[in-house]
Amino acid sequence: MSMLSFEAKYRVRGGTLVGGDLFDFWVGPFYVGFFGVTTIFFATLGTLMIIYGAAIGPTWNPWQINIAPPDLKYGLGFAPLKEGGLWQIITICAIGAFLSWLLRQVEIARKLGMGYHVPFAYGVAVFAYITLVVIRPVLMGAWGFGFPYGILSHLDWVSNTGYQYLHFHYNPAHMLAVSFFFTTVLALSMHGGLVLSAANPPKGGLVKTAEHENTFFRDTIGWSIGTLGVHRLGLFLALSAGFWSAICIVISGPFWTRGWPEWWGWWLNLPIWK
Amino acid sequence: MNMGFRYGLALVGIPAAILLGLVILLRFQLPPVDTVQRGYRGVGMVENYHPADVAAFLAANKVPASLPQLPSSGPKAGAAYKNVQILGDLSVGQFTRLMVSITNWVAPQQGCGYCHNTANMADDGLYTKVVARRMIQMVQHINADYTSHVAQTGVTCYTCHRGNPVPAQVWFNDPGPPHAGGVTESNTGKNHPAGSVNDSSLPFDPFTPFLEKDSEIRVQSVMALPGSDRQSIKQTEWTYALMIHFSQALGVNCTYCHNTRSFGDWSQSTPERVVAWHGIRMVRDLNGNYLDKLQGVFPAARLGPMGDNPKVSCATCHQGVFKPLLGVSMVTTFPELKGPTPPYVAPTPAAPPASPAAPATPAPAAEPAHPL
Repeated sequence: MSMLSFEAKYRVRGGTLVGGDLFDFWVGPFYVGFFGVTTIFFATLGTLMIIYGAAIGPTWNPWQINIAPPDLKYGLGFAPLKEGGLWQIITICAIGAFLSWLLRQVEIARKLGMGYHVPFAYGVAVFAYITLVVIRPVLMGAWGFGFPYGILSHLDWVSNTGYQYLHFHYNPAHMLAVSFFFTTVLALSMHGGLVLSAANPPKGGLVKTAEHENTFFRDTIGWSIGTLGVHRLGLFLALSAGFWSAICIVISGPFWTRGWPEWWGWWLNLPIWK
Repeated sequence: MNMGFRYGLALVGIPAAILLGLVILLRFQLPPVDTVQRGYRGVGMVENYHPADVAAFLAANKVPASLPQLPSSGPKAGAAYKNVQILGDLSVGQFTRLMVSITNWVAPQQGCGYCHNTANMADDGLYTKVVARRMIQMVQHINADYTSHVAQTGVTCYTCHRGNPVPAQVWFNDPGPPHAGGVTESNTGKNHPAGSVNDSSLPFDPFTPFLEKDSEIRVQSVMALPGSDRQSIKQTEWTYALMIHFSQALGVNCTYCHNTRSFGDWSQSTPERVVAWHGIRMVRDLNGNYLDKLQGVFPAARLGPMGDNPKVSCATCHQGVFKPLLGVSMVTTFPELKGPTPPYVAPTPAAPPASPAAPATPAPAAEPAHPL
């Protein structure tokens, strides 16, 4: 694998969290590290388990392969392998692989003397997954509340779990999450549009710099967030979307069992208009 | 901005934010959760209940003790009392027991006088007596002809009334609050939070089109691409509203009957959906042929804003529980409510075998003082 001429000087020893120098090397462009090894281990084992699950299941149709969690009757205990135990092992592998990947990002950031913004951002996505398959099931009292692993089957779970609360659009955290997703898209597209318009002048014109970009937004809305600020904003919006997604599902069930529209009773009953 | 204004703003804003946060946080329930899995594992067909809600509906659905049954022998009510139009074939004992039970179920505070002119029990002057007679026929009709919905559990007056002269959950045609008309009309029967639709913005009166009239409930297309399917989102909202009423009435969620991946597909639905299908037909029958037919009998105070009679919905019987009274059958000890009572036929005087038995039970010659 090719390496840019200046990359070699950033390939420094140290900064590892676990394993010292043992796995402190590169394979081609890839940093390995202890957590690279554990990532490979968990990802391979988990994938093999999924293939095994597909092999003992009724179909090889990739849309329909379904690794379902255990029945609720098993609670928070282990289930037989073919009755959800496989789902439990795959879940452990997935969390192992995701956390390994996150810690590998930490090690690389330490080597480069950077902040931990990348692993933090990735961590919000991992947090959302762990909320779905660990935190909420533990609060509800059974692993069976996790979502099944399958392209169509996990969509069926989403649909049914939403309709358990009659109308999921009334879930206040879902409202926030959806708003943040839309706002992320809006901010990213406006940022992308601004950068491209500054960097693509008419034929023969000069490429414009950040001052032009700032001035565009000062003229438009009276204020520009700036070149660094727009990335802070983007990170905040995107992470908020993922964070509130996790909140919206963890409150559905453990902290509210009825229809979400009814939750707004506190609003309808505010003394100013009740 | 001067500092005084800032501090003042903070002094008002911070407590207001804390108060609002508390109101919102206190709206949530705390784990644990009672759950019932109703589909294949991982499909997400699950009923969720908070233990406090379970305790509440267990307490609200206690079945009252039924009075000891009395023999069917002895003189018939039709012979003993005047103007017994539908229960004449019961023995005086059975008849009296049923009357006392109905009083306990429907008018425990008001007593016999709620329906009867106590000076002349046979008098039909009170509208309540006329309604009660029709309602007894309705109960017999349900138990005899709708076993597809009520099975052998059946219903009694208590299923709906629960000690109230008017059942707690009846409904009327609802025109909604006053609104503009003509080209400026914006009221489309929705956007006014109503308990019947879980306080959502869905149409607040899904009862009139679907449970009084028989408008088509089904809206889901069976085709992948647009074609001849003319169903609209607006129609879907009416169906959605009716479905939310079902779930409110039964204390269950959508997955009790449907696998929501395909609402309309019977092969993916639970058996309960079949029971509900019959229930919809039953409610339409009861509203059309029993409640609406009593038009003119009820006094104005009992009518809705459009002058219509009180009507039944799923909630009238179910009252928030998937099986009314949690599935306990009261009709087993009231066999006379299982179907229409045979008409009372006065014994012909020429029948000799009847005469020896006659002295054993002193037949009232004149109209007796009614036991009630």
